[in-house]
Amino acid sequence: MKTIDEIQNEIIGDFEMYSDWADKYEYIIDMGKELKPISGALKIEDNIIKGCQSRVWLIADYENGKLNFQADSDAIITKGLVGMLTKVLSGHSPKEIAESNLFFMEKIGLQEHLSPTRANGLLAMIKQMKTYGLAYMTKEKMI
Amino acid sequence: MNSANNDIIQSIPFDVDKIRAQFPILNIQVNNKPLVYLDNGASTQKPNSVIETTNFYYSNQYSNIHRGVHKLSQIGTDLYEKTRLNFQHFINATTPSEIIFTKGTTHGINTIAYTYGRKYLQKGDEILISGMEHHSNIVPWQIVCEIYGAILKVVPIEQNGTISLEKFKTLLSPKTKLVAMTYISNSLGTINPIKEIIDLSHQNGSHILVDAAQAIHHLPIDVQELDCDFLVFSGHKMYGPTGTGILYGKEALLDALPPFEGGGDMIKEVRFDKTTFNDLPFKFEAGTPNIAGIIGLNAALDFIKEIGLPQIMAHDKQLLDYCHQQLGEIDGIRFFGTSQEKAGVVSFLINEIHPYDIGVILDNLGIAIRTGHHCTQPVMDFYNIPGTCRASFGIYNTMEEIDVLTNGLKRAVKMLS
Repeated sequence: MKTIDEIQNEIIGDFEMYSDWADKYEYIIDMGKELKPISGALKIEDNIIKGCQSRVWLIADYENGKLNFQADSDAIITKGLVGMLTKVLSGHSPKEIAESNLFFMEKIGLQEHLSPTRANGLLAMIKQMKTYGLAYMTKEKMI
Repeated sequence: MNSANNDIIQSIPFDVDKIRAQFPILNIQVNNKPLVYLDNGASTQKPNSVIETTNFYYSNQYSNIHRGVHKLSQIGTDLYEKTRLNFQHFINATTPSEIIFTKGTTHGINTIAYTYGRKYLQKGDEILISGMEHHSNIVPWQIVCEIYGAILKVVPIEQNGTISLEKFKTLLSPKTKLVAMTYISNSLGTINPIKEIIDLSHQNGSHILVDAAQAIHHLPIDVQELDCDFLVFSGHKMYGPTGTGILYGKEALLDALPPFEGGGDMIKEVRFDKTTFNDLPFKFEAGTPNIAGIIGLNAALDFIKEIGLPQIMAHDKQLLDYCHQQLGEIDGIRFFGTSQEKAGVVSFLINEIHPYDIGVILDNLGIAIRTGHHCTQPVMDFYNIPGTCRASFGIYNTMEEIDVLTNGLKRAVKMLS
């Protein structure tokens, strides 16, 4: 299993071949199209992270000491970006997730998508993923 | 320029290039592309005259106003009060006392909502608004209705984004204390029949506040002819500085209302046992105002007057018609707000593509439009959509820019489908 930083570096490597913004976005849009949608039954209020414009759904499952995330969005670019985030953080321990430093968005020149003015729910999603990490860390200590 | 209609361009009533030359920001590049700024409904860019006036004031004339006997204070006060007179004449208010400087439309509406509420609203009274109001003309009324036990009533919108006067009439009741209505919808572009709405409100014995945020730089406004009780607008949507706005109110009504905020400038005498308040317009201008902004706003108004509202309206109409025509050729486009009477706002969706995605692709092409609910969530709920893409025009926009938008949208659709 690769570490969070190794997966981030892989994505950065993927993006290095794209010099044009349009190619980058084609890649993200493809990621969005490939991401398995969350079923309608799970798109409930409890799982929604409300951005001002695009909505993001996030579900976390804890199994054998690892957290797995499923995510979806009604906007395809946001969906591609949440797909990248779940790819980076899924399958790691709560501690690794809570303490992760997400640097790949900035390195591939997409940091503007993390700006609060974008209001796409991404910042809130990252916060939520880390909160899940912290919550399960605490739970693990209690067991 | 390939597809722009030359006949339309030739009939533009003023030289757009000359106008553009006055806006330094129009020369910048965004994402390595020339900026195409089509988000004027949110805020307009500033001409040199506004930037320079503000800059000159801070560099050469600045001090606080209304209190100092020294030279600079007098200069500042004169410039500030000149702005008031300029606006008095522009909207044909009876006296300068009827022109209150505010931070913007939202501040103006809140001023009236709170003070009118305190003075007049009682349990069971009604405030009537429309389904196309900006959140700024919904939320203040919700808050004061809750405080005083009043009821907020809403005239629904029709499919084409208009309101029916018949429905409006049926919602006016003996309990309707005040009607608050927008002149032009910021998300749909609809120009409401405001004169009829004002007359019907008065026939019902109700007061009326007009939200003119989108109208002030599009339509000639004569408050005496309209006979509205209150009218509010912002400076930043009329090529002026942010944090500036005007609240117009009939003198007798403003006189009768209690002050909104307490502080400096709005008082006559302060004693611990009793404070008396200043006369209009100062009663509603507590604290040191945005002096430089208001002085800059005067330059914005002069700029608009120099071009002329009829010319601005004609230009806006040409851009609107051309935009509808060009965008109408995109497969799967749906327009929201198709009133016959419409200002330069085009709200649309294409197929099932999320407006956010379109906004991101256009941004990469240097094109600034607005995506989302445009602070009118009830309008989006009415159409059962998450939001729209909105292009809105200013006096510096060109037919070529509409072509850039059209081509950008075609490219976005290709990428996102």
